[in-house]
Amino acid sequence: MGIIKTDRLVFEYIRRDEEGNVEGITRAVDEVDLDVKKGEFVAILGHNGSGKSTLAKHINAILYPTEGSVWVDGMDTREEKDLWNIRQEAGMVFQNPDNQIIGQVVEEDVGFGPENMGVPTDEIWERVEESLKAVGMYQYRKFSPNKLSGGQKQRVSIAGVIAMHPKCIILDEPTAMLDPNGRREVVRAVRALNDVEGITVLLITHYMEEIIHADKVFVMDKGKVAMQGTPREIFSQVEKLKQLRLDVPQVTLLAHELKKSGVDLPAGILTVEELTQALEHAQKYRH
Amino acid sequence: MSIILDHVNYIYGSDTSLAVHALKDINLVIPDGQFIGLIGHTGSGKSTLVQHLNGLIKPSNGNIYFNGEDIHAQDYNKKKLRSKVGLVFQYPEHQLFEIDVFSDVCFGPKNLGLSRQETELRAYAALKQVGLEDDYFYQSPFDLSGGQKRRVAIAGVLAMKPEILVLDEPTAGLDPKGRDEILDQIAKLKEETGITVILVSHSMEDVAKYVERIIVMNQGAVMLDDIPREVFKHYKELEEVGLAAPQVTYIMQALSKKGMPVRTDVTTIAEAKDEILRVLGSGR
Amino acid sequence: MLRDITLGQYYQTDSVIHKLDPRVKLIATICFIISLFIVKSWIGYAIAAVFLAVSIKLSKVPFKYMIKGMKAIVFILLITVVFNLFLTPGEVLVSVWKIRITKEGLQTAVTMAVRLSFLIVGSSIMTLTTTPNSLTDAMEKLMKPLKVFKVPVHEVAMMMSIALRFIPILLEETDKIMKAQIARGADFESGNLIKKAKAMVPLLVPLFISAFRRANDLAMAMEARCYRGGEHRTKMKPLKYAGRDRIAYGVLAAYFAVCIVIGIYL
Repeated sequence: MGIIKTDRLVFEYIRRDEEGNVEGITRAVDEVDLDVKKGEFVAILGHNGSGKSTLAKHINAILYPTEGSVWVDGMDTREEKDLWNIRQEAGMVFQNPDNQIIGQVVEEDVGFGPENMGVPTDEIWERVEESLKAVGMYQYRKFSPNKLSGGQKQRVSIAGVIAMHPKCIILDEPTAMLDPNGRREVVRAVRALNDVEGITVLLITHYMEEIIHADKVFVMDKGKVAMQGTPREIFSQVEKLKQLRLDVPQVTLLAHELKKSGVDLPAGILTVEELTQALEHAQKYRH
Repeated sequence: MSIILDHVNYIYGSDTSLAVHALKDINLVIPDGQFIGLIGHTGSGKSTLVQHLNGLIKPSNGNIYFNGEDIHAQDYNKKKLRSKVGLVFQYPEHQLFEIDVFSDVCFGPKNLGLSRQETELRAYAALKQVGLEDDYFYQSPFDLSGGQKRRVAIAGVLAMKPEILVLDEPTAGLDPKGRDEILDQIAKLKEETGITVILVSHSMEDVAKYVERIIVMNQGAVMLDDIPREVFKHYKELEEVGLAAPQVTYIMQALSKKGMPVRTDVTTIAEAKDEILRVLGSGR
Repeated sequence: MLRDITLGQYYQTDSVIHKLDPRVKLIATICFIISLFIVKSWIGYAIAAVFLAVSIKLSKVPFKYMIKGMKAIVFILLITVVFNLFLTPGEVLVSVWKIRITKEGLQTAVTMAVRLSFLIVGSSIMTLTTTPNSLTDAMEKLMKPLKVFKVPVHEVAMMMSIALRFIPILLEETDKIMKAQIARGADFESGNLIKKAKAMVPLLVPLFISAFRRANDLAMAMEARCYRGGEHRTKMKPLKYAGRDRIAYGVLAAYFAVCIVIGIYL
């Protein structure tokens, strides 16, 4: 069994009108099967309202399944005795950088998780130092979070999670409110954690450029997994992605358009380098 | 009908040691009917600049003229200015407050002292302009989806019938489809009404498809001001200040380096496709 | 702008006062305030002035900076002085038209002015040299005995520190929403009181909604990081008394004793 596994996970919530009468039931997550292996970088894509955030909140035991089950490192999230172990092993980073930083000084915020876990004082300091170094924010440790940029704040949030020594990190649209530079910073930090520290990463996003390096991609729509595969497999289905309110990087789109006009190109081109090589090849072939 | 910024400087916290020179000697002419992209990374001064356009911020020195009149003159009617220069802030859905969508959109025209009939007509027209279906008009704005809320907020500004519409990152936080829908709607509005639109963004890809002029801000100063094609030629300088040209520019540059005789100054996917097909075709 | 208010905000520098345990500073401030009301003679105020002056000197906070943040309070100070000066009955010193200045009035006015300004300067030394966070830590630790009476000491301290963290964010947000509504033709300035109150609705509703959304997000983020109240919790920066804190307590005790003696006998 992988480190994160869901089995026919269903989550429903009841909609009520102003008087509190039941209006209907919304199925936010609909029979999702997920299996993430240790050390993997998995991306979950989906438009706003596709159920991807609701899914993520199950892995940290913030929400509980209506039907089906979720296991984190073999622990069922519905077992109350494992709750704090699950939250420590599956750390979570949220969308809004302002609304998840608790401390008034960077280092104090990073220490918040270990404090809650009852880690001895000396070890908290060690953990804070190593976590801030891992995301490249050590020189800002004495800063007030209000003085940081969005990308820096998110890196602090990531450090706050790493300080809890989790086995996997779930990032719920960590870049949605950032500018392109901030987005790059955060994605770079996340990739380094996966590559260097071997932490399993589950990245939820709707920016396609961020998932090119993922091992596996799940695309969600209306609470269901609509597509899954490697980034290349996913990106080769441009039309289907568009139907799911998503897009592809410009280079993939251009390759797709050229292919439609009869140029002989491989499917699922992801980088500028790949496209230029393929076009060079196509040009020679035509001569 | 135009806005002229004449040597505009803005310094905040000037009486403390932490003074920040947020705008440095800005000179710009914004003529009628242009579709302008205002680009810069966070902290480049673009948000400060747009708040000068409708008099929300007063320049530390320099003048701003709207239709030839100094907007900071003693007897100038600021309220009227704000109806003529509509400013849609970042995450504008955070300003919604009324019990239903329609009343919220009425807020602007009502403040202008218009009759009830005129107010409602304008609100209705504005909601139609942003493409919101009638079913939502009497729902609470807080029950709508993110993209719908944003449309309502934009309609709230449109209902004031501005001659110049300034949008500060109108697509932030939306998914790709939501982003395209909003931008398409704005482009359509521009086409139908001929108003001036200033689109603030940090994404070149987003604006390249729509605008006819790009103003690039860096460290409080105007760094580039030209048609997109010319601006993207400076892609190396753009990178130095933390911006980037659209990915197509890089594709064309890379192809050109490999010896393919393509034009490198294309700005959109459609252009790039035609250009590559032209070169591939002629090689046959 | 709203966030430019500097009243008593932490001033970053390296001084003995900065290094003192926040509990010492909190207790010292309370003792100092009490001492201002114990002493009634000029010699008492002189001693308080010396104590204050030494503390300011030791804190390395520029006196100018300290005074600058107090401009808002000068008004309150003036009103107090004026009221006492003109409205206290007693032996008349100067009389112009209906306005009379009495000896007693002059005395109370001066005493009040001295007390108030000492009180404000004294407490601002504490807030200028102590981060709000360590201040809440100190309160939590000092109020710990109250736990016996089921006072939720940890929760109160946590709430205070979260409030402090979000004040600047909410101020900035207020500024932004206000501007957004002004851009829609809202008018927050003109009109009578009722009209003004009504004009606040488009500002307050979005602000409350935003505050609730933030609170909700924050609660979730805290739970996700294993927060479960004060139990089982360790501290990254536990409060520990050092040598200088003992010395400070000694000095404080001596000062307080002198003040009591003066208060009784002089």
